[in-house]
Formats: sequence, C-alpha cells, structure tokens
Amino acid sequence: MIRELLRRPEALLGGLLLLLIAGAALLAPVLSPGDPLAIAGRPLVRPFTDPAFPLGTDGLGRDLLAGVIHGVRTSAAIGLAAALVAVLAGMLVGTAAGFAGGLVDEALMRVVDAFQIVPGFLLALAFVSVTGPSLAVVAIAIALGAWTGPARLSRSRVLALREADFVAAARVMGMHPAEIALRQVMPLALPPVLAVTAVIVAGAILTESALSFLGLGDPNAVTWGGMIAEGRNQLRSAAYLSIIPGIALVLTVISIYLVGEALTDVLAGKRQS
Amino acid sequence: MPRLLRRVATRLLGSIPVLVIVVVGVFLLLNSAGGDAVDAYLLSIGGGDAQQAEELRIRFGLDQSVTARLALTLAQLARGDLGYSVALNRPIGAVIAERLPNTLWLMGSATALSFALGSALGVLAGRRPGSAADRLLSAGSLFLYSIPNFWLGLVLSVVFAVRLRWLPVSGIETIASGKTGLARAADIAQHLVLPVSALGMIYLALFLRVMRAGMVEAWGQDYTLAARARGVAPWRITLNHAARNALLPLVTMLGLQAASMLGGSVVIESVFGIPGFGRLAQEAVAGRDGPLLMGVILVSALMVVAANLLVDLAYGALDPRVGGPR
Repeated sequence: MIRELLRRPEALLGGLLLLLIAGAALLAPVLSPGDPLAIAGRPLVRPFTDPAFPLGTDGLGRDLLAGVIHGVRTSAAIGLAAALVAVLAGMLVGTAAGFAGGLVDEALMRVVDAFQIVPGFLLALAFVSVTGPSLAVVAIAIALGAWTGPARLSRSRVLALREADFVAAARVMGMHPAEIALRQVMPLALPPVLAVTAVIVAGAILTESALSFLGLGDPNAVTWGGMIAEGRNQLRSAAYLSIIPGIALVLTVISIYLVGEALTDVLAGKRQS
Repeated sequence: MPRLLRRVATRLLGSIPVLVIVVVGVFLLLNSAGGDAVDAYLLSIGGGDAQQAEELRIRFGLDQSVTARLALTLAQLARGDLGYSVALNRPIGAVIAERLPNTLWLMGSATALSFALGSALGVLAGRRPGSAADRLLSAGSLFLYSIPNFWLGLVLSVVFAVRLRWLPVSGIETIASGKTGLARAADIAQHLVLPVSALGMIYLALFLRVMRAGMVEAWGQDYTLAARARGVAPWRITLNHAARNALLPLVTMLGLQAASMLGGSVVIESVFGIPGFGRLAQEAVAGRDGPLLMGVILVSALMVVAANLLVDLAYGALDPRVGGPR
C-alpha cells in the first residue's frame, strides 16, 4: 500500500509536507525554545531581513516563526481531537440507530437531522461562548458540527450488515445485542468512516482557525487564527503578520487533503487514472 | 399542483419535530451557562445593585425555573414570536428581519457565482479526464478548497481595497451617500464583490470537484457510448448527455452546503464589517444574549430547511424519475 502511495506525485508531495508539519509540531520546544508569546526583539521586523527572525516579528516584537511553529501544535491537537470525538460519537450513535431500528432509529436520526440543519459554526460559537474557551471545549464544539457524517455513514453500513449470517450466529450463541453491535458490527462500519476522516480533520483545523480568528480560541495557546486576527489591525502597514500564519494554515490543510485523497483512492483499490 | 403542495406540506410538517429538538437542545445549552443577559447588561452599564438585577430578571422572566421557561419559550416560538433582546433592547424578530437581507444577498450571490463557475469549470475539467486542463483545474480546486475563507477575505481586501483601491474595504454600502435606485444597487454590488468572492471560492472548488467526478462517471455509462456510436458531435455529448446528468448531484450539494455557507458568512461579515445576520450571532455571543442567539440559530435552521425544500423541488423538476406520478 505504501508503495502504491509513493507512486502518486500528489500523495508524495502531501506526505512530505505533512511529515514536515508533524515534525514541527513534535519538535516545537526544540526548534523554538521558550514562550512563543514572549517578546523576543524589535517590533515589526520585516520577514527575510533579519537572520535572527526569519519570518519577522509582530507589533510587540514577538517572533513570528516561533508563533507559526507553536501554532502547528494547537491546530494539530484540535484537528485530531475533534475528529476523534466526532468519529467515536458518530459511530456509536449510527451503530445504535442502525442496529436497534424502529423507534430508537427514528428518534436518533431526528437528532442527527437537528444537528445537520443548524450551521455547525453557529453551534460551535454558542458552545464555546457558554462553556468558555479552552482547547478541550473548542475540540468538542467543533465535533458537535462534524459527528453527523460518520453517524449517517456507519448507520447505513450497519443497516446492511444487520441481517448478515454472522450476526444471526452471534444471536444464537446468546451474545448480548449491545455486544454484537459494538464488537461484531461496529468495527465493520469503520472503513467508510475512515475514508472521510481526513476531511473531518482538515475541516476541524479550518473551523478552529475561524473560531480563534473571532477571539473564541484558547487564549493561552498560540493559534494561527489568533495570529491572523492580531495582524489584521496592521493590515495596511504590515500585511505579512496576517499572511504568514494563513499560508501555514493553507499548507497544513492541503497536505491533509492530498494524503487523505490518495489514501481513499488506494483503499478503494482505484488505479491511477 | 395539489401533489406539489402536498409534498411541500409533508416536508414542512416533518421538519417540525426536528426544529423542536433544535430549540430544546439550544435552550438547554444556553441555560447551562453561568451568568445571564442581565449580568452582562449590568456589567456593560457599569454595574447595578441586587434589587435592580432582580427587577430586570422578573421583567424578562429570567427568575422562573428552567422547565417553566422552556415551556414558555416553545409556546412563544410556536406563535412566531422570537422574544425580546436584552442586549439590543429591541424585539428579536425585528432585528433579524433588518439584518437578514444583507446576508441573503451575500449568500445568494456567492451561491450563484460558485455554482455557475464551478459547474462550467467542472465540465471543462471532466471533458477529458487526465488531460492537462483537468490536472490544472483539479489541483487548483484542491488549493482553493484549502484556503480559510476569512483569510482569503483579508488577502483580497489587502490587494484590491488597500493597495489597488479598486473596491471598498468594508461595509455593505457607502454610508450616508444618499444614493437611490440603480446607483444604490451598483454601490451595494461593488461592496459585495470581495466578500462574495471570499465566501464563494471554497464552494466553487467543491462544485468543480463534484461536477468533474460526475462527468468522469458519465463517460463510463452506456448512454455516452451509445451517443458516440450514433455519431453525435463530441461537444454535444459533453453538454447534453454527460454534463446534464452530472449536474444532478450538484443540485443536491446546494442544499447540503446551505448550513455551512451560513456559518461561513458569520466570519466573512466580521471581516468585511457587513451588518448582517452572521454578525448578529457574534453580537449575541458577546452580549451573552441567550434569546437572541436562540433566535439566530432557529432562523438559520429554518433557512436551511427552506433551502433543502427548494433543492428538492428543483430536483423533481430536473429529474423526471423523481417526483413523477406514483
């Protein structure tokens, strides 16, 4: 499978980019030790002019490169955590609905409908404003708008599997229905959900950046959205303050899409067209 | 027409339980917050004594139990009354009615632009899968799809409004310009160019990708092969056979994206200072105004229901297999 992936130029590019980003996230304390929010030098050093600050400094004299490197951690942590919560919650609800059928299915799917007709971003906004911004709250807030996809996917898969022979066999053995649903059926609903996980992670990173852009991110963490928002005040004189963290954001998201798309293709057994 | 009417009625009735779930869920969420609109209001006017707070709570019904207030809210909303905003000191329905048109213009234009351009470029990319044009457009759409809309908005305004001065930086129209009629429409259109581009770009990319995928699928179908065997001109097969069928999933997509676009307009309106519906959501959050936030969420849910209904009807008209006599 890996060899199949390496044969695709887009996947290779995305993979290298993603490795670089993951490396920056893991090695952030080594690459740029110290507090990224601390004042490091003169304010408003332009990018590529001072070797001490390759990407320049902001209006307070904070190192932009340090912010970008530490911002990866926030984005990655929230993207992964939100996707994990969304996939887990979605699969549990979807499996329960599909396996139980009848009234339970009807009721759970109306709840899924309710979550789908409310804009996920508004829901996240409301949730963060009620609970107060912290990394965990932001991750859950984003998951609130993302779990319905996995729920629908796993439900339709479970519906197709419900009447399978191995389920009947497990029933005859006297296995508890909940155990059949969770241990026998749910794992089989994983592949279609995994296929959309990359999209969920990328979407979560974009939503997190928008939330912190509006000032609803964790105030104690460096976020790219927050950096873009701060730079916005000096958009006329120092646009690079907003542009640089935005480029980091775009590169992260695009690398996830590239790798996710290639993975989905390879898993689906599609040859390169 | 009665059949059409019945379908609309059934769909609307069916969405009522879902809307009730939305209201109850949002109500419970907002009530789990510490502090209410009265606290926020008193804080904003520089504080007040306990008696004043008590009086305000009684006036806005905030002194009653959660269940009593939930029942009251549901009954009130069922009558079509969205309640009263403590933060803005105005009826919520009136505020929303005032803000909604700006957002509808923004979303409507972004939808039209992304749908028209996205489907056209999708046809171009899917005309010959694997060609240079296809590779370029596919890579370009993936790139566009990865750009956060608010950042794109900032970059566009730096380039076109701040540096080139071609377009206004913010707002929905020139304040106190006294323009009327066509001049005013042109003014608003000029203000909308950047926000619409920033909001619509991601959907343009999405529609392009979906259209391309539909075209690729159509090329593998028997009807395109049959058309080719009949000697139909290639451009005719592309437009009349492949593109027509590839358009259907795109229409479905329109309904699915309505909610996400509403969410996107919250941020875009903040970037471009447009006094719209999305900004209202932000003001409600800042003012800790639960009823206002509830009103905004409920109205946006209603808009998504309406969008999906329209898409359903359009689908029935486009695809004779759907919605025909049973």
